[in-house]
Amino acid sequence: MGFFNPDMAGILPISIILDILVYWLVIGFSGLIFIRNRKIVSQVLFPLGALGGIALLSITAFSITHSPTSAILPLGLPDLPFHIRLDALSTFFLFLLGISSTGICFFSSGYFSRDGNFSPGLVCLQFHLFLVSMAFVFLADDAYLFMIAWETMAMSSYFLVVTDHKVPEIRKAGYIYLLMAHISATAVLLCFGVLQKAGLQGIGGSYTFDMMRHLNLDNFWATTAFLLALFGFGAKAGLLPVHVWLPEAHPAAPSPVSALMSGVMLKTAIYGFLRVTFDLLHLQIWWWGILVLTLGLITAFFGVIFSAVQNDMKRLLAYSSIENIGIIMSGIGLTITFQSYHMQALASLALIATLYHCLNHACFKSLLFLATGSVLHATEERNLGKLGGLIHRMPWVAVLALIGTLAIAGLPPLNGFVSEWLLLQTFLLTAGFPQPYLNMLVPVAAAGLVLATALAAYVMVKFYALIFLGQPREKKLLEAKDANYWERLGLSWLASCCVLLGLFPVEVIKLLNAVPGLLIGQALGKVTSQTNWLFLTPISPDRASYSPMLFFSATTIIILITFLGVRLFYHGRVRRTTAWGCGYPMQTFRMQETAESFGQPIRTIFSPFFRMRSELPSPSDPAPHYHNITEDRFWYVLYFPIGRFIRFLSNLFGRIQQGRISIYLLYSFLTLILLLLLI
Amino acid sequence: MIPLSGQLLNLLAAVFLLIAFAMLAQRRILSLIHLYAYQGLVLSLSTLIVAYSTHQPHLYYSMLLNFLLKVLIVPWILHRLIHRLNVQWDVETLLNIPTTMLIGLALVIFAFNLSLPIVQLAGTINRSTLGIALASVLLSFLMMITRSKAVPQVIGFLALENSLIFAATSITYGMPMMVELGIALDVLVGVFILGVFFFHIRNQFDSLELKHMEKLKDN
Amino acid sequence: MTNLYGFIFQFIQLIMTLVLSPLLLGWINQCRYWLQNRQGPGVFQPYRQLVKLFCKDAVLADNASPLFRMTPYFLFACMCLAGTIVPVLATNLPFASVADVIVLVGIFALARVFLALAAMDIGTGFGNLGARREMMIGFLAEPALLMVLFTPAFISHSTALTTIVDTLSHTRFIIYPSMAFAMASYLMVLLAENSRIPVDNPSTHLELTMIHEAMLLEYSARHLALVEWASSIKLYDYFVIGFALFVPWGIASGNHLSSMLLAFLALFIKLAFAGFGLAIVETLSAKMRIFRVPEFLGTAFMLAVLGTLTHFLLEA
Repeated sequence: MGFFNPDMAGILPISIILDILVYWLVIGFSGLIFIRNRKIVSQVLFPLGALGGIALLSITAFSITHSPTSAILPLGLPDLPFHIRLDALSTFFLFLLGISSTGICFFSSGYFSRDGNFSPGLVCLQFHLFLVSMAFVFLADDAYLFMIAWETMAMSSYFLVVTDHKVPEIRKAGYIYLLMAHISATAVLLCFGVLQKAGLQGIGGSYTFDMMRHLNLDNFWATTAFLLALFGFGAKAGLLPVHVWLPEAHPAAPSPVSALMSGVMLKTAIYGFLRVTFDLLHLQIWWWGILVLTLGLITAFFGVIFSAVQNDMKRLLAYSSIENIGIIMSGIGLTITFQSYHMQALASLALIATLYHCLNHACFKSLLFLATGSVLHATEERNLGKLGGLIHRMPWVAVLALIGTLAIAGLPPLNGFVSEWLLLQTFLLTAGFPQPYLNMLVPVAAAGLVLATALAAYVMVKFYALIFLGQPREKKLLEAKDANYWERLGLSWLASCCVLLGLFPVEVIKLLNAVPGLLIGQALGKVTSQTNWLFLTPISPDRASYSPMLFFSATTIIILITFLGVRLFYHGRVRRTTAWGCGYPMQTFRMQETAESFGQPIRTIFSPFFRMRSELPSPSDPAPHYHNITEDRFWYVLYFPIGRFIRFLSNLFGRIQQGRISIYLLYSFLTLILLLLLI
Repeated sequence: MIPLSGQLLNLLAAVFLLIAFAMLAQRRILSLIHLYAYQGLVLSLSTLIVAYSTHQPHLYYSMLLNFLLKVLIVPWILHRLIHRLNVQWDVETLLNIPTTMLIGLALVIFAFNLSLPIVQLAGTINRSTLGIALASVLLSFLMMITRSKAVPQVIGFLALENSLIFAATSITYGMPMMVELGIALDVLVGVFILGVFFFHIRNQFDSLELKHMEKLKDN
Repeated sequence: MTNLYGFIFQFIQLIMTLVLSPLLLGWINQCRYWLQNRQGPGVFQPYRQLVKLFCKDAVLADNASPLFRMTPYFLFACMCLAGTIVPVLATNLPFASVADVIVLVGIFALARVFLALAAMDIGTGFGNLGARREMMIGFLAEPALLMVLFTPAFISHSTALTTIVDTLSHTRFIIYPSMAFAMASYLMVLLAENSRIPVDNPSTHLELTMIHEAMLLEYSARHLALVEWASSIKLYDYFVIGFALFVPWGIASGNHLSSMLLAFLALFIKLAFAGFGLAIVETLSAKMRIFRVPEFLGTAFMLAVLGTLTHFLLEA
């Protein structure tokens, strides 16, 4: 599908994309036909879904530079048709959806072929419905379709989260998720309400984004709309302090669903935020940017330190998603600030760094979530402290997860480093703000960002080393089996995306460059024109340059030469023996690091941020038991008080509840009279 | 382009701030006294450079006074004092250095931004160091607040005075000679009196921990 | 400049990195011995050590994975690459544009992550302990190092080390007060990152205090040799980065043989002095408790941030 130029055939990309979405829907609903047939669903339907992902990926890669096209769907209510529009921003996010959904679909065919407590056909329907609704969020060009897609996305993902609904914790996680999704949806709806406020007197149809674009809101209403968008989309993305659903919901879902939620669904919130802030709103005010930047940095820092103290591998990744969302948000904050001072070149650089990070996160976080899925299937253990040594039993997963681990830790030459590098370059260029306070804030903000990314490396060493390295901490791990072929295919797809995105940043940025052209009004010209594909030079070669390909090849060459040199001049003799017992008579696998002990330095250094309860056994205890529970302070500071307040209010209202129908009728009657009086 | 003397002054100012931060993070009393002496030295050097490059004779005297008092006499007195009190190895135990430093950093940003409009009014060659002097004043204050022992608190007070003189030289080429002499005398007398006080405090409470003084409040 | 000369000098710089790094380590150790009134084995001891290790048979634990065997080579390659990127002899060498200072920090982080993973591979208590401590130091030292590098990057409006060196040394002489902060912070980071004395003791095998050595306990023979060599190259890299930032005089900007010789001489003198200085620092200070290390590095981090702030106040 990607091998012909769609324009030549006279077909618009937007219609091809719609075809793909219909195709996904058909696959989803055929799941209902084969509702109990695990084999057909996993071996046929999910791979077919992956083909849809590849098609989406290729068509969006082709058409990202095209000018926006819109269409009206013949669906919806009689006078309220659905508007859709394909511009650079939506194309980019569809591209992101294509990349991760391909890998995740492949993986799912392996994952759902195993036995489990669910009906495969239903999962297939919900899964593809989830994909389609996310695509419609990106395509929607009116508030009506956007909200429908948004809610469908929330509902389908809710059902996917509670796939294993027999477990009470999972039901609870699903409930919290649903609650937060609705609060977020309400805020988004209000935001659209504010955005179309000024158009109320016009003829109907002001709910379209096209009309909103042409409205000039004053500062107050623009700020209101912005803050509502920040809250609504922030809650969906997991921004502090509305992040609490994320570490509950992501681990509860089956791994492919966690991957999809973390990799793509969080990005729908980023998409919505970008759409409102840069496309629908005309003006940006500098303090918006500072607010978003600060929130983003706090979120990143908070996410990463909490991620470091988790024992559950999927919760660890969920907190790491919070961190990455924080980084993305701080990039957006910088973009807003630059844009408000009309520093377009810098704004587009910051935006590119942000989008690049979105893409990267979609790849490596999906990859790691899928890898935990394989581990979970092989061992039925999600506590990091009970895993270990899987590199010997699951070499495929171990190698592919290593790529993801290094990428997410922001290490060269993989993709996580590129976006981090671009973002730091943006920070370093920021010295020309008119306010001195801002200028001095920038190095401090950069320091915060750097600290968060350095901590991410710590977290990822913990994640990888405890799962795959060392000796198995439990007996049952010895029987672990490597992932099956479909799973390997899915993991390899995402891992190779991580590598390619890391090695060829210039090509990727050429692709991304259409987005700042649309949103900022100025694309980053120099990257594409001045230099060759080897060197990434965002501004000029003497300012900064980075060539991951050369770095990678040089490292490889030096390794080869060293290896051959050592063999040639000396020898390659190896003797195997048991590991040195450190001078102690008894060494068992139980003496290895556990998840708690690896998180200990973080717990000590950043202790004020946690709410900890630990139980230390006394030295003379014959059966010593140590345990430590680290909790999020936000529950106690923010959510429980709110919950108590709401319960208090409900009790107040409970008093007017009498139980007799005539009294209820009296209430309605009084309300009616009151309303009539008021009118 | 800033002339060389201005650059040197900026460098000295940076070192001054560096020492102020080092004092904030230092636990040992003995090292604190050394740092105080270094700070005095930096102060005298920068006064010397200002005096040389602007040909202000009274600044030479000021520099000499500073040098004698803050590099030689006061540190010597403090040395004697802690030897006599036998607290030279005392270590401040309760001190969260990273948090203190973080507050210090915020104070520096605040001070820098506060000084920017004033700097534009001043005409001295070392006017841009006012921000640093102001920051040092705040940092010394912070140091006094965070310490629980008497001697470090006094050193914080002395550092505060150093920073004030530094601020004065940077914005108006120093205070009139009379004022400076007066301050110097005050410092000297202050150190003596405080030294005497220390002995009394220790006799009374058997310790120089300031929390014991809380008992003095009448209730 | 002709490309060929550039590549030749680049190659010379790589060879120098390989050859000079054990010598630097030997020199530092020798200075320490002298300062401690001991005779010392001479400056060439590290070479003998390396040859001895290369000749031995490697012993691997039963459950050592390929990752464990790969890591020494990987570490070695990363450090060598860092040594070629830093302008040691001249600023316009062809390889310099591959990476800027941020990438350099990334390379060090990459090496650290691999070493920590390898240390956890066998699953013995010491390896785990060392890896955890190393990562703890790493996440504090890495931001501090980046912030140190930000100050010159703000000054020269570039993160490319060659441009930084050109701005600092080849234009008019200007004193940058912010660099005083950067230098203090850099020294602290250097001590921590290279496991020198106040943070870690390179010559101890005492279980409670080990950090770097604990990670290497399972390595032997050629693997150990490569890891040891890599850590000496790392120290050398940190030295030459420090020279490029704080004493960049002498680094050639052209490609003439005479200026190269001068640069080489300057490098030699700088290394000798800096090595002696490090020995003095190590002799004068006592190893701190591991709980104090976060404080130490937090201070370094704050100082580096303060450096960038001072830059905005005094030099902008």
